[in-house]
Amino acid sequence: MLLEILDLDAAYGDVPALSGVGLSVEPGEIVALLGPNGAGKTTLLKAIAGLLRPRAGTIRWEGEDLNRVPTHLIVERGLALVPEGRRLFASMTVEENLTLGAFAARARCAQRANLERVYALFPILRERRRQIVRLLSGGQQQMVSVGRALMSRPRLLMLDEPSLGLAPLMVQAILDVLVEINRGGAAVLLVEQNVRAALTLAHRAYILETGRIVGEGGGTELLQDPHVRRAYLGPLAAPEYFVL
Amino acid sequence: MIILCQQLVLGFMIGGLYGLAAVGLSLIFGVLKILNVAHGELIMLGGYGAYWLFTLVGVDPFASLTIVVPAAVVAGLALYWLLFRFVVRAQEERRIKNSLLIGFGLALALDTLAVKLWTADERGITTAYAGKVLIAGDLAIPVVRLASLAVAFALIAALHLLLTRWRWGRAIRATAEDWQAALLTGIDVRRAYLLAFALGTGLAGAAGTLVSIGYSISPSIGLEWTLKALIVVVLAGLGSMFGTFVGGLFLGVAEAASAAAFGGPYREMIGLVIFLVVLMARPQGLFGAR
Repeated sequence: MLLEILDLDAAYGDVPALSGVGLSVEPGEIVALLGPNGAGKTTLLKAIAGLLRPRAGTIRWEGEDLNRVPTHLIVERGLALVPEGRRLFASMTVEENLTLGAFAARARCAQRANLERVYALFPILRERRRQIVRLLSGGQQQMVSVGRALMSRPRLLMLDEPSLGLAPLMVQAILDVLVEINRGGAAVLLVEQNVRAALTLAHRAYILETGRIVGEGGGTELLQDPHVRRAYLGPLAAPEYFVL
Repeated sequence: MIILCQQLVLGFMIGGLYGLAAVGLSLIFGVLKILNVAHGELIMLGGYGAYWLFTLVGVDPFASLTIVVPAAVVAGLALYWLLFRFVVRAQEERRIKNSLLIGFGLALALDTLAVKLWTADERGITTAYAGKVLIAGDLAIPVVRLASLAVAFALIAALHLLLTRWRWGRAIRATAEDWQAALLTGIDVRRAYLLAFALGTGLAGAAGTLVSIGYSISPSIGLEWTLKALIVVVLAGLGSMFGTFVGGLFLGVAEAASAAAFGGPYREMIGLVIFLVVLMARPQGLFGAR
């Protein structure tokens, strides 16, 4: 087991955000995390990355408890988060952002090779490497954000709404890259609004509602699930109307 | 006309020191999101450090930079560890308030310490070359002040190199922009805070040394320098070290012009007017983003 979460509680002040959440990711898996706005998806990713300390429960990474590991050392262990809203260093160049992604000691030795790998995945970033990130399009910024996370050579890449606000073609491009990253051996934990696309590429998925896991299953299995169809895919979602 | 030009040139040269003082404050403010109101007192102590090295050991004040600046960096590490590391644990909105309290306390303590050690008299360093003047046309340019301006500029350039080339320099900039994103890339943000604070106090030490050479120091100058630095930071905005330096030069020239136009007592007033006008018209500062 790569990542195992047991009975996790988290809160913002007095407001509970997660209660009794359990989730696991096996090596090489793509796992989708679905749910409505405010369900706690971002909170869960933040807790795993160490930006938010849970109230109770355990987050285990390769059998080791992460609760007491400082946030900057969690990256070192091979867990990277592409945060919601990209959170780039906007006044720096593309390449500065990417090399900062390899700040962790383990990643630094292979910085050159990692950079080549990211440029191979996103050739446009090589062309733009001297540009200030603020001046890039939203899609290119998202590429930088994914690339920055990849620079740390993660064994689990977590992404929080990577397609938010992007043009449909760009969404597809980003999702295709995720599949490619996964083929390269990294597991992926994906929070995504685009439920159909997420379930199509995920091996497994969890459904989070008001801070609790209410459903779990294989990606294609959940695509057929009546609750998922009603709540997330809409009344016209039957396969006879749309070709998947 | 000649008198006006002469005053503007002198203003330009003290402006370089305003800029140097402000860059240190701005670095600490931009990265740690705290306001160290004892920054002026650190400048004052740097000045006395150079004064002591000159009067007790006979070290040339420009050479003493190589001792005062590292000592100030070490003092910065200690101050951060003793006082400010607790402040940065608070949420960003609370840091300012907490840092103001600590800063004022520290300023009072350092003031008193300086009076005990050096009395309240004004001091300055008078070297053999202190009176040398460079004549350019009808203008007379004091050599030590010109050299101080050059040193100030060189220090800003060195800082720029550190922040762009050094691995931890880039980490400091990343932390200033978005500390959570910095954590996610594996940067130990607490260490970036520590280093930025130490660099900021190192610059204060350098500024103090230069003040003691071309101008004068006394235990009470701290607040005045904190104010100048604060005005420049507001004027220039956060983010650009060269922008801040230019802001310092601008304030120096503006003060000189104000003194020439309205008389000496109004020298200080222009800074406060600039402060208010910038806050009303362009709160992000001249060179600040957003």
